[in-house]
Amino acid sequence: MAPNDYLLTLMVFVPTLGALSILLIKAIQPFLKRSGREIPVTFWRWLALGFSAVPLLLSVLVLQRDWIPGWVVALVPEWVVAEPGFVPGAGAQFVHHFVWIREFNIEYFMGIDGISVTMVILTALISFISCLAAFGITNKPAGFFVLFLLLETGMMGTFCALDMFLFYVFWEVMLLPMYFLIGIWGGPRKEYAAIKFFLYTMAGSVLMLLAVIALYYTSRPMPGIALALVDGTAAEHTFNLLRLAELGQAGLFAGADPILGVAFTKIVFIGLFIGFAIKVPMFPFHTWLPDAHVEAPTPISVILAGVLLKLGIYGMLRFNWSILPDATKWAAMGVAVFGAINIVYAAFVCMAQKDLKKLIAYSSVSHMGFCLLGMAACTPQAMTGAVFQMWGHGIVAPMLFLIVGVIYDRAHTRDIEGFGGLADRMPEYAGLTGFAFFASLGLPGLIGFIGEAMVFLGAWGAPTTMGTCFRTLVMVSATSVVITAAYYLWTMQRMFLGKFNEKWKDLNFTLTLRERLTLYPLAVFALFFGLFPLPIFELINPAVHLLVRIVVGTPSA
Amino acid sequence: MSAFQVVDLTRFVPELLLGGCILFLFIGDLLVRDERKKRIFLTALALAGLASAAAAVIPTFWGNVQAALGIESYATQDIVAAFSGQVAFDPVATVFKILFLVITGVAIFTSLLSDELPDRHMGEYYALLLSITFGMFLMASANDMLMIYLGVELVSIVSYAMAGYRPRDKRSSEAALKYVIYGGAASGVMLFGISLLYGLFGSTELTTMHHAIVSWASRGELPVVDGVIATAKLFPLTVLLAIVFVFVGIGYKIAVVPFHMWSPDVYEGAPTPFTGFLSVGPKAAGFALLMRFFVGLFVADGQNGYAATDGFMAMAIDLPLPAMIGIIAAATMTVGNLAAIPQTNVKRLLAYSSIAHAGYLLMGFVVLSVSSLHAVIFYLCIYFLMNMGAFAVCQAVRDRTGGELLHDFRGLGKREPILAVAMVIFLLSLTGLPPLAGFVGKFYIFAAVIERGGYWYWTLALIGVLNSAVSLFYYMRVARAMFLTEPLTDEPLRAKRGYLALSTVLVVPVVVLGLYWAPVSESIRGSLAFFRSQPMSAAAHPSVVDVREP
Repeated sequence: MAPNDYLLTLMVFVPTLGALSILLIKAIQPFLKRSGREIPVTFWRWLALGFSAVPLLLSVLVLQRDWIPGWVVALVPEWVVAEPGFVPGAGAQFVHHFVWIREFNIEYFMGIDGISVTMVILTALISFISCLAAFGITNKPAGFFVLFLLLETGMMGTFCALDMFLFYVFWEVMLLPMYFLIGIWGGPRKEYAAIKFFLYTMAGSVLMLLAVIALYYTSRPMPGIALALVDGTAAEHTFNLLRLAELGQAGLFAGADPILGVAFTKIVFIGLFIGFAIKVPMFPFHTWLPDAHVEAPTPISVILAGVLLKLGIYGMLRFNWSILPDATKWAAMGVAVFGAINIVYAAFVCMAQKDLKKLIAYSSVSHMGFCLLGMAACTPQAMTGAVFQMWGHGIVAPMLFLIVGVIYDRAHTRDIEGFGGLADRMPEYAGLTGFAFFASLGLPGLIGFIGEAMVFLGAWGAPTTMGTCFRTLVMVSATSVVITAAYYLWTMQRMFLGKFNEKWKDLNFTLTLRERLTLYPLAVFALFFGLFPLPIFELINPAVHLLVRIVVGTPSA
Repeated sequence: MSAFQVVDLTRFVPELLLGGCILFLFIGDLLVRDERKKRIFLTALALAGLASAAAAVIPTFWGNVQAALGIESYATQDIVAAFSGQVAFDPVATVFKILFLVITGVAIFTSLLSDELPDRHMGEYYALLLSITFGMFLMASANDMLMIYLGVELVSIVSYAMAGYRPRDKRSSEAALKYVIYGGAASGVMLFGISLLYGLFGSTELTTMHHAIVSWASRGELPVVDGVIATAKLFPLTVLLAIVFVFVGIGYKIAVVPFHMWSPDVYEGAPTPFTGFLSVGPKAAGFALLMRFFVGLFVADGQNGYAATDGFMAMAIDLPLPAMIGIIAAATMTVGNLAAIPQTNVKRLLAYSSIAHAGYLLMGFVVLSVSSLHAVIFYLCIYFLMNMGAFAVCQAVRDRTGGELLHDFRGLGKREPILAVAMVIFLLSLTGLPPLAGFVGKFYIFAAVIERGGYWYWTLALIGVLNSAVSLFYYMRVARAMFLTEPLTDEPLRAKRGYLALSTVLVVPVVVLGLYWAPVSESIRGSLAFFRSQPMSAAAHPSVVDVREP
């Protein structure tokens, strides 16, 4: 096998290796202590950072490699340059594939295509940055990083898995670390927030499990679509997501027996959709998010907003849109309505927030609504906009949460009203905050604009086969642009302008190096992709457009 | 029906070895004077007895493994219903016997560690424990209603004594008394059911009854007992009544709603090592028995003019058995899970959780297909690991803190991290979270239900998965107490090394089987393939040529 085939496996499991090595070192710690040597707290941080840097470095290799400068080429092993990078539109790549459990046709199948490639890179990037942000964790750092690295494995694995069973395993692997990360290192209401997150997601994923099993047992070989395992053994059913998509597009599921009196594709769509919608989170399943976000420690909020929310959208594209295109068409209008509710309702809720972190959390809900609206419209622009919004929000939202972390670490409060006139004392911080706010509210030239604009443009021209009142929804959703601007600017005004609250005069106003290291790269990304989104479009477009053609070309359920 | 043959005893060697060991334990009890030494000596003796029984069982299990590997097909293995057809020796019994031996081995180890059991009484304790194992062996291979009753009673009566084993403890005595009353009533009802069956079919042999039911289902022929033919109108109803009565007896053994009331009190009051054993051993034996009973009576094996199908053959003659079991399964898991939520005593919480698990397992009997029975056996193997692990941690905490309330678990993450992490893994596995073995087991059960399809099966699966989500809440309450709440004291727990070793030994397979479970699963599947085409007394009932679809 070529080195490229192991790339994803390495990206997924190097963090696990990191977690295991931390555990191992922790286990021998008493013996070190006995011989008089102590393990400093910073040791765990650097170890974890090292292990989360590996996926980031490897994720660079996912891209085309012809830009690697000559002096680097001389230093790295030959295969790094010799192997091809990601080719847009060439289907699943970097595939690692072998039979896992023969008796149930379960395979270990890793690969990325145009829908997941940006997400894998995003996961590696955001994990690294939040690992850096986690240097501030002083309470039980070893335990924190063990769970953190396990979480990274879960997220990365979910984006890479192309076997339904494997996907489900990774999907669930994320839950437990998240529970403890919020529950142990969180804020005052951490226990409530942690169990709420866990229960919500679990309730969604058990419905997903039923849908997964239903898809498995309904799948069967069709003319032209053989369901062999990777080693050539013929199989009756399959967990292979690509095969399932082919079967679904060939109409197998549209003709399947109904379940509980509802057409097969519709009920399976709903089961999967609820599981994913809870993660997005879509109104009315969004109530776990403000709690989890507010109580989670900063690095975990970063992960939650940056990566976890994308998993819901990604799952919908990979499962609902790809495998059940007819039901997608049937549900598109409903999804779009919920998307619009997300956008507008959450924006209004933001207006009412006094807690800065809660405001950012609700703004995430609002911005994920764009993804839903764009996906439902299913035009090339809207879909590209939705997938781009996943990337864009994945860059901006972590930045916003880091910004909240900066002020919270200093003042130990996030009460917007309690601040004032900070711009004078913290100009750099005010500048970065303003930048992030503008990027988030969709100022042209920054990253938030691209996704929003494309979703609006695309949804305006949605084909009537997808639904009839997209234009109304676009008009309704567009009001959020004003509301978003209003709450962000109002927050700016309350925190940074006006009279300085003398209560905070003893704060340390300069940003630390660590804070700069986490904020500036994200700011650079936000600006770069706001001005020059083409690299992302090139990566995602062939796959996204193919998906659009499939869904549009399938008759509604 | 063949007469008793001496050769049958050769198949009975594991049971004979167990019986011998029980006698040796009573004698060994008298040999050693020093109490501490006695405890160790008796433990060694009991383990030696188990090991010798295992040595006798494993060669027969080897056939399963070989069949799973495709080396040897089952056709070459002989299967015997020995002792005049009373006891069946087949691969599925072998699988259960090995499971029982491992369970008993773990229980002996936890008993050795326990502070709740006084040194003085260990001889009787181990002897009684092995008697239960003996009874479970009989339950797993019973092929006759009388043998079923014998097995159930042997396990029950000894369990009554064991539940009250904590000397001068009122709760322990209360547990024993409750257990006796419930058990006595249930076994009385069961015996009545057996007598009805005998009246209907003129035999207590499962094989004979099976053939009568096959003739009835396929050709509408009613059994003739002593020259009197049964009344066509009343026959189905009476059969149903008899089955329900027998089910009461077995249902009490596996603690399904509404026969579960005894279990929380008994679990709480009994000595913890025995509770751990009770929650998996007799429960697994009950499921083995249920499998024997339902498969033996109602699953067509492709012979005698009835096409082999999955599920209840009785469907064709309108016995609402799947519906009955389905409702009981749904009620069991829902009641178990909801009742577990407010518990503050971890042993009680685990008792309700094990009621809920009986509900999940019972789902397999609604479907009664090869895949569902496979899922049940597979899940029992995994369930034993995680449940005994959870009870072992509970016991370790109890030995040090003197209590088993959630309160006593507070700060365990800090005070004894290995135990706490192991406990979290056991609990999550019980919830059914991947990548742990419990998930695989649950997945197989749900997959078997969904594979059958149909309105009610889907409803059942839906109730099942939602229950899984509910169960997360109370399992996480224990995790919360251990990790999230502030400990009352930071002092290390200093649990006995044995508990750390045991929980590690049990955690490893829970994790490993969650990642790669094919060998275990396949050897179980191999044993079931045989179960299906069991040529029970085929010679006595030559197969009918005309095969009619039901």
